[in-house]
Amino acid sequence: MIEGRPILNLFGLLVRVWTDLMASLGQLAILAGETFSSIACGRIRVRLTLQQIAEIGFGSQVVVIVTGAFTGAVFTAQAYFQFASLNMETAVGPVVTLSMFRELGPVLAGLMVAGRVGAAMTAEIGTMKVTQQIDALRALAVNPVDYLVVPRALAMFISMPLLVVECVGFGILASYYVGVEVLNINGVYFLANMTKFTEGSDIMMSLMKGFVFAGIIVFISCREGLHAKDGAVGVGRATTASVVTCSLAILIANFFLTMALNIIFPAGQR
Amino acid sequence: MSAPLLEVRDLVQKIGGQEILRGVSIEVQNGETLVLLGKSGGGKSVFLRHLIGLMHPISGSIIFEGREITSLSEREMEPVRRKIGMLFQDGALFDSMDVFDNVAFPLRERGEKSPSVVSEKVAQALTMVNMTGHEHKMPVNLSGGMRKRVALARAIISPPDVILYDEPTAGLDPIVSDSINRLIRHLQRQLHVTSLVVTHDMVSCYHIADRVALLNEGRIYFLGTPAELRETKDPVIRDFVDGRSGETVY
Repeated sequence: MIEGRPILNLFGLLVRVWTDLMASLGQLAILAGETFSSIACGRIRVRLTLQQIAEIGFGSQVVVIVTGAFTGAVFTAQAYFQFASLNMETAVGPVVTLSMFRELGPVLAGLMVAGRVGAAMTAEIGTMKVTQQIDALRALAVNPVDYLVVPRALAMFISMPLLVVECVGFGILASYYVGVEVLNINGVYFLANMTKFTEGSDIMMSLMKGFVFAGIIVFISCREGLHAKDGAVGVGRATTASVVTCSLAILIANFFLTMALNIIFPAGQR
Repeated sequence: MSAPLLEVRDLVQKIGGQEILRGVSIEVQNGETLVLLGKSGGGKSVFLRHLIGLMHPISGSIIFEGREITSLSEREMEPVRRKIGMLFQDGALFDSMDVFDNVAFPLRERGEKSPSVVSEKVAQALTMVNMTGHEHKMPVNLSGGMRKRVALARAIISPPDVILYDEPTAGLDPIVSDSINRLIRHLQRQLHVTSLVVTHDMVSCYHIADRVALLNEGRIYFLGTPAELRETKDPVIRDFVDGRSGETVY
């Protein structure tokens, strides 16, 4: 009996982790369903949505631009150091561009927005939850999903693909600057190879990933906020959980999206 | 006597394994002010939250205007909530909005577009709670009492049929408490608002109550008029009314 207890405890822990995970996924699905249902029914507050677009889209630009630009720059330098020994310097352009469009742009923008915007959403909604402001909304016959989640979701779905494009764009600009101006790669070949190997499907893949990551960030962040409890400590815990969960979900979803989207937009089939 | 506006039958609720409400049954008549007394942590606020659908009971029923409301969804509760206002214990003001926007919130959410109408009604509501001149302050810059008065202005700006007050005078000085008591009376007499007031404040209780209920051990222990409460010899009620700790040793 005594020897069996650790196994039972471990089994109990696994069961609890599994049921918590399933409950969280269920709550996420319900929240997403209610949000899309509210949008479909036209329960949209335009002023709040515009405020959120300013907060999420406009406010995240510096973070996304700096991230994209320096990632493009350092990736270009590393690619150059490897390709130079093979006399393939002009391949740096397409390699960096494709990587930025297909993977780095969406993922890095997603992670930065999750850290900046997702944390703020959870903290704000969580504080409203523990100070009874959400109960006050409900008591005033205002649905919290309509008032808090729908504007944030719409703002994220509009802003995130644009932020991804911005991240990729500045990554490519930085790549060109470092490659051509600093590392003396031939500019004409750099641009020619870049445009030759980059297609509309790469841009589509980038935008689609941005759209999916927007959903991941907004629903996880809002769900964590709406279920916050135990006062300030609970809000802090929810905010941490929100950033960690969003980041992991983006990285995991990115893999499956890459595999799925590669069927629709196959790489290297030009 | 006509059918009650609000009827609660055998309401049971547990929180963290502890049975807070053990079968509360009570009726609230249209236009009356019913004061609910009880010990701290005795389930009074939990009881109020059930009446507006913020909590769902384990068992029992709540009938408002002849309709069972415990089984209604969030969306189905919205028309009911437009008829029942609630003043939360610490106000629950929206901290992203100033006083004016907090008070104007219910009007705007119910479709009032005219800025002049909104301004006029907000001014009236703030005057009723002696908060004129504080329109542009943020909730974080208000004292506890001021927050409560702003929350009261928000609750009454488009007067509902029923107002639930959770400790409306707790933490307020006697003069402001008296003005809140007068306001509750005014709403009842002038606008025929039905009120259910949770309080520990016996002065307030005698001032505003048409009937008084005492919640003890998760059940309604006493229900009667303020005069009956004053005259009762029941030791449990006397301890509460006279503020004696009785046999309890802390």
